[in-house]
Amino acid sequence: MKRFVLWAPLAIFALLFAVVASGLFRPAEKVVRSAMIGKPLPDFALPAMVPGKPGLSSASFRQGKPRLLNVFASWCIPCIAEAPQLMRLKAMGVPVDAIAIRDTAPAIAGFLRRNGDPYERIGSDKASQVQLALGSSGVPETFVIDGRGIVVKQIIGDIRPENVAEIVQAVKDAR
Amino acid sequence: MSPAFAQPVTPPARYANVQLADPAKEASARALMETLRCLVCQGQSIADSDADMAADMRALVRERIERGEKPASIRDWLIARYGDYVTYDPPLSGLTWPLWLAPILLLGVGGWIARSSFRRRTR
Repeated sequence: MKRFVLWAPLAIFALLFAVVASGLFRPAEKVVRSAMIGKPLPDFALPAMVPGKPGLSSASFRQGKPRLLNVFASWCIPCIAEAPQLMRLKAMGVPVDAIAIRDTAPAIAGFLRRNGDPYERIGSDKASQVQLALGSSGVPETFVIDGRGIVVKQIIGDIRPENVAEIVQAVKDAR
Repeated sequence: MSPAFAQPVTPPARYANVQLADPAKEASARALMETLRCLVCQGQSIADSDADMAADMRALVRERIERGEKPASIRDWLIARYGDYVTYDPPLSGLTWPLWLAPILLLGVGGWIARSSFRRRTR
């Protein structure tokens, strides 16, 4: 008993040291994942962002076919980086809709002119309320929604060329 | 994920930086905001943060309090979307019970140590 008491402070120190050191060498994951995966898309109806393209409502995601829901903004730099991948997905026959966060019609029109327009519909989410309802914590993020309106996958950050195959697969699996 | 050098140009939501007219409602909104984590700054509550997303979360909290929703139900709504991570007041669960029980346990150990050392002194 006495020997245990003698060594206990050192053991506690070593344990604490190990915890702190592991935190230093392996920093916590900085992304916040949505808890909505596997749950139905929350109900929403957003007005059109740009003239000539319809706004977006949750009803569009319950028509029997999986779709991508891209959360983006014209002021977001990584959104420019992922634009070619979204164009590729569109060319491969994957339907893409979007909500634009805190944005204006001229800014989005300019963004689509410069970076291409993969979207069938774009809803204007002026105060991020739909983004919050989705459990999304930044731009860009992309959700795969199956034909019954269930959220099946979330991609956080810009879609890289190497992510395209996994997204196509997720859309196929959601069919 | 929004980089520091990219900022939206639109004005903040109405209730992002404007208090509710009813002081009692504002107080309960404020109390809730202080216990909700800003998702893009992570070390700050949404009450303390200047991030655009924190502003939109404050607007969400104030609008719902204004409509008469209970703070607990707003917290549950956010937890359903972001997990326990979003709240600084974590619910008691299989993962968080040490948070709640450790202080009581440590107090017990402290009491036990104090008792045995006092007893030794009186001897």
